[in-house]
Amino acid sequence: MSTIRCDIVGAESEIFHGQAKLVIATGEAGELGIAPRHAPLITRLKPGQVRVQLENGEEQCFYVSGGILEVQPQVVTVLADTAIRARDLDEASARRAKENAERLLANRADAVEIAQAQAELLQAVAQLRAIEQLRKQMRH
Amino acid sequence: MAGAREIRTKIKSVANTRKVTRALEMVSASKIRKAQELMRASRPYARAMRQVAGHVARANTEFKHPFLTARESVKRVGYIIISTDRGLCGGLNSNLFRKLLAEIREWNEKNVEVDIVAIGTKANVFFRRLKVNLVGSASHLGEKPKVEQLIGVIKIMLDSYSTGSIDRLTLAYNDFVNTMTQKPTLDQLLPLPPSDTLATAHDWDYLYEPDAESVLEHVLTRYIESLVYQATLENLASEHAARMVAMKSAGDNAKKAIDSLTLVYNKVRQAAITQEISEIVGGAAAV
Repeated sequence: MSTIRCDIVGAESEIFHGQAKLVIATGEAGELGIAPRHAPLITRLKPGQVRVQLENGEEQCFYVSGGILEVQPQVVTVLADTAIRARDLDEASARRAKENAERLLANRADAVEIAQAQAELLQAVAQLRAIEQLRKQMRH
Repeated sequence: MAGAREIRTKIKSVANTRKVTRALEMVSASKIRKAQELMRASRPYARAMRQVAGHVARANTEFKHPFLTARESVKRVGYIIISTDRGLCGGLNSNLFRKLLAEIREWNEKNVEVDIVAIGTKANVFFRRLKVNLVGSASHLGEKPKVEQLIGVIKIMLDSYSTGSIDRLTLAYNDFVNTMTQKPTLDQLLPLPPSDTLATAHDWDYLYEPDAESVLEHVLTRYIESLVYQATLENLASEHAARMVAMKSAGDNAKKAIDSLTLVYNKVRQAAITQEISEIVGGAAAV
C-alpha cells in the first residue's frame, strides 16, 4: 500500500515527520481523512486531534490548538498553532500592545528630532570605534 | 605610603569589575547555545510555512489578496523593530537604530509618515523619545520568546495594512551571522516581495475549505508571524553574541588596566622604601 509523507510542525518545534497511510484531522468544514493521492487542498484546522496512521498500522495522535493543513501531491503538512487563538484573544493582545505604547508615550519628556537622535547615535558609534582603535594600538 | 594604598584600592576595584565582566561573558556564552537551539527548533515550521505561502501565492486563484499586491502610492509606512531588553551588548542596538533612522529620515523627506511598533525595552526607550508614531510595544520577552507575546504587535500592523492606513511594512532586526558578526537587517514584510525561492510555478489550484479568501488571509497572517518570530530569535542570539564579545573585550581591558596599575604601584612602593633607607642613612651619618 502506498504512503504519503506527513510533516507536523509547530512554530517553536517540530512535532512529527514520517510516512503515513492516512492522516485524520478536524478541518473547519468537518473531519478530514487524507489518503495518498488526495487532491491538493488547504484548510484551516479546528482545535482537536490530528491522527496519523503509520505504515505498520500503528496510530499516533497529536493535539493541535488550531492551524493549517495543506495537502500536496507528495506531502501533507500540518502547521500547528502553539497557542489557542481566537479573534477576540488576538484583539486583546493587540490592545495590550497598544496600551503599552500609549503608556510609554504618556511619560515621555520632550520629543527629540530624528536628526538629533541620529547625531547622538553617530557619536556613540564613533566613540565605540575610537575605543576599539585605542585598544588595538595598546596591543602593539 | 598614602599613594600606594590608593593605588591598591584602585587595583582591587578594577579586579572586581573584571570578575563581573568575566561572569557575564560566560553566561552569554552558554545562552548563545540555547538561543541557537531555539532557532534550529523553529526552522522546520518557518520552512514549511514559506513553502505553503509560496504555493498559495503562485496558485491560480481568482482572488488576489491585498498582502500580495503592491500599492501604487505610499503615504504611510510601518516598521516592526526588534531590539534587546538589556544593554551591555556593544553597538548592537545603536547600529540597528542608526540604519533605521536613516530610512525614516528618507521617508520624512518624501513626506511619508512612519508608524512604529517596538519590541524590546531598548527600542521602546529609544523610540518614545523620538517624534515618531509609536503605535504598539512589547518587551520582556525573556530567554524563550513565545509567539503569543508577539501576536499583539503584529496584529496592530497587519490591521492597519488591511485598512489601508499603512502601505508598506518593514521588519528591522539583527541577523545572527556568527558569534563575531551580527548584521542589522531591514526586511520588507508587506506587500510580500515575490521571491524565486518560493515554490516553482504550477497550473493547478487548491481545494479551499471553507473559501479561498479566508484561508489565504489565515495562511499569510501566520506566515508573517513566523517571520517576525524567527527574527526575534535571530535577534536574541545576536544579543548574546554581541554581549559576549563586548564583555570579553571589557575583561581584556580590565586586565590591561590592572597590569599598568600594578607597575605604578610597585614603582611607588620602591620609591618609598628607597626614601626611607636614605633617610635612615642620612640620620645615622648626622649622629
